[in-house]
Amino acid sequence: MLKTFRIGGIHPNEHKLTAHCPVTPVAVPRQVAIMLNQHIGAPANCIVKKGDTVKVGTLIAEAGGFVSANIHSPVSGTVSKVDKAANAFGQYGTTIIIDTEGDEWEESIDRSPELKEEITLTSQEIIKKIAEAGIVGLGGATFPTHVKLMPPKEFKPTVLIVNATECEPYLTDDHALMLESPDQILVGCRILMKAINVEQAYIGIENNKPDAIALLQQHATRYPGITIVPLRTRYPQGGEKQLIDAILHKQVANGALPVSTGAIVQNVGTAFAVYEAVQKNKPLVDRVVTVTGDHIAKPGNYRIRLGMSMHELIDMAGGLPDDCAKVILGGPMMGKAVSNIDSPISKGCSGIVILDEKHAHRGTIEPCIRCGKCVSACPMGLEPFLLAKLSQNHLFDRAERELITSCLECGCCSYSCPSNRPILDYIRVGKNAVNRIIRSRKQS
Amino acid sequence: MELTVSPAPHIHGRLSASQCMYSVIIALLPAFAVSLYFFGVGALIVTLTSILSCVVVEYLIQKFLLKVKPTIGDGSAILTGLLLGFNLPSNLPVWIVIIGSIAAIGITKMAFGGLGNNLFNPALVGRVFLLISFPTYMTQWPVPSASRWSYTDAETGATLLSKLKEEGSQWVSQVNISDLWIGNQGGSLGEVGAIALLIGFAFLLYRRIISWHIPVSILATVFVFSFALGLGEELSAQASGAWQHAFDFALIQLLSGGLLLGAIYMATDYVTSPMTSRGMIIYGIGIGILTVVIRQWGGYPEGVSFAILIMNAFTPLINNYVKPKRFGRA
Repeated sequence: MLKTFRIGGIHPNEHKLTAHCPVTPVAVPRQVAIMLNQHIGAPANCIVKKGDTVKVGTLIAEAGGFVSANIHSPVSGTVSKVDKAANAFGQYGTTIIIDTEGDEWEESIDRSPELKEEITLTSQEIIKKIAEAGIVGLGGATFPTHVKLMPPKEFKPTVLIVNATECEPYLTDDHALMLESPDQILVGCRILMKAINVEQAYIGIENNKPDAIALLQQHATRYPGITIVPLRTRYPQGGEKQLIDAILHKQVANGALPVSTGAIVQNVGTAFAVYEAVQKNKPLVDRVVTVTGDHIAKPGNYRIRLGMSMHELIDMAGGLPDDCAKVILGGPMMGKAVSNIDSPISKGCSGIVILDEKHAHRGTIEPCIRCGKCVSACPMGLEPFLLAKLSQNHLFDRAERELITSCLECGCCSYSCPSNRPILDYIRVGKNAVNRIIRSRKQS
Repeated sequence: MELTVSPAPHIHGRLSASQCMYSVIIALLPAFAVSLYFFGVGALIVTLTSILSCVVVEYLIQKFLLKVKPTIGDGSAILTGLLLGFNLPSNLPVWIVIIGSIAAIGITKMAFGGLGNNLFNPALVGRVFLLISFPTYMTQWPVPSASRWSYTDAETGATLLSKLKEEGSQWVSQVNISDLWIGNQGGSLGEVGAIALLIGFAFLLYRRIISWHIPVSILATVFVFSFALGLGEELSAQASGAWQHAFDFALIQLLSGGLLLGAIYMATDYVTSPMTSRGMIIYGIGIGILTVVIRQWGGYPEGVSFAILIMNAFTPLINNYVKPKRFGRA
């Protein structure tokens, strides 16, 4: 029996159309746009101005606080503008526009393809290097990685968990990366183990990727302390709490940090970026993005420079199909629908999913028939129908007692509702209201 | 280009509410075939009348009283009609069936706000309403396969449970249990064929329309409770073969009367049953205990309908107090 998390979950149609597409490098874009708020935490502070020349890897914005991240230029060229610009969702933020000239890299970056296995740096130096390289959680959360590697003093990490589940339908960027660079990922994993000073690491991979499981298992024998854990395919297994439960059989207590179980979870793409930063001195300037959809001409897994426009990447993949009605940044379960496809791709973008007219709209809302499918699907053991109703009626005290704040927003409830009720929409509203109430209570 | 923007999730499971309803209807078809075989034309007339009148009552109420768009296409009225028909004897006159449909849809469902808002199972309220209003009509059961082409003039006899009640558990040894499996017994027209009902159960589990919790907890409770009762009786009488006797007694309790139909298709009604798996088990055990208590000590030989309706009343309470297993408190 394969391991999986113990409460709730669903198994949507996987639609992994690009599972066998190798990572394909995409030409350097003519222009890139770099948003300063593309990670969780404080926006970075711009340190370049119009007219400055930069190389690939030049620091262009510094972390704007403890929870923040550096940003480096993904291309070489000239800064043409530093201005407010809209992101994919229509929100404005400071953006650095760079016009590309050639492809000249910072001299300090080692661009040779040789695998560098030996880890020479100490724990402190590794974390510093990761912070300098501007690495954030590449699964989509974009939480600065160096911050996660320095948990509060009362917690002592005992194990590293690498999230290679890729539980979202359609997305295959992690899968392709594992097939392309297994050794780099495993060395990255060793580096992360050294950074948090643990001897054991688990890489959790869902069993819909048997080739990746086999390949990593074969390579992992050379790296002490790393175990590959095949997991039963089930969404939302890539949720931090669900993954810890699946692998360690420990549940993070309500309101506690995941590290209280002793586990620090990092995405597999992040492990690869850590390898490049620590061993090759390469900051985070590119990533793998899945471009997919039922009707797109050339779906695939593309390695792109950050800041490239989504539109340009979609054109490389054959252009927007005629019946395109919705573009999603990330997976279809938790990704966000995009209103502006001319916006740039940021660090947290794992995929672009294009849905046709038929799949872009929700079904007609019908009365709740109290079937309880949302309750059995909820991976946090909540009662989504009740939370939605409480939010709808503004009964926030009761919603707080019913643990609305522990909702992951994974969408299993809305997905499984036979009456097409927008359960999660209501819960989000209620959760925000309750969080606001809790904050104001703390202040007074 | 105009792009649709909406919050996640952007995909939806394939199951819709009306698919759930129609799946239950499909699951009931084997049992319907069995009742057509044993009760003939009467079963057909009663079932079709019940379905048609339930749909018409819902349509009329929505169209002319509530003035909303009728939703009879969602399958829930058809299902209520089918289940109500299954709970009636096959020789019941058409006009009584229609009264039952009005009680089921009009009073129990629409008066409480329609689909999703009723407290009690509509089909069961319809049946109990008729049982109390027309006790004579409702307790004469056509003898299986005796009179396939007769309707209200069908030859009638007692059900197994009423014989058990009259003659005591000594009667158990005379029952041919294989008749119960295939459905060769008197009773409401849809409740007789145990195997057919179990085939439908397997289908519903496979399609994940219902979970095992409610039916299994009801059936297990009835079996264990009846077994204990049968054993206690025999042991006090110092009879030989007490274990075998108690087992037969419990099995008859399981396969006769409306227990399988009730446990699999009525108690699992989404709207009137608890929403958490723990709540479902409590609810199921409650129905099981009440069923045996009514059958054993109550005024009626059969207690499944009453047991389910009583536990329906507890469902809001169970939903309020029995919470799912929360993450992080395991």
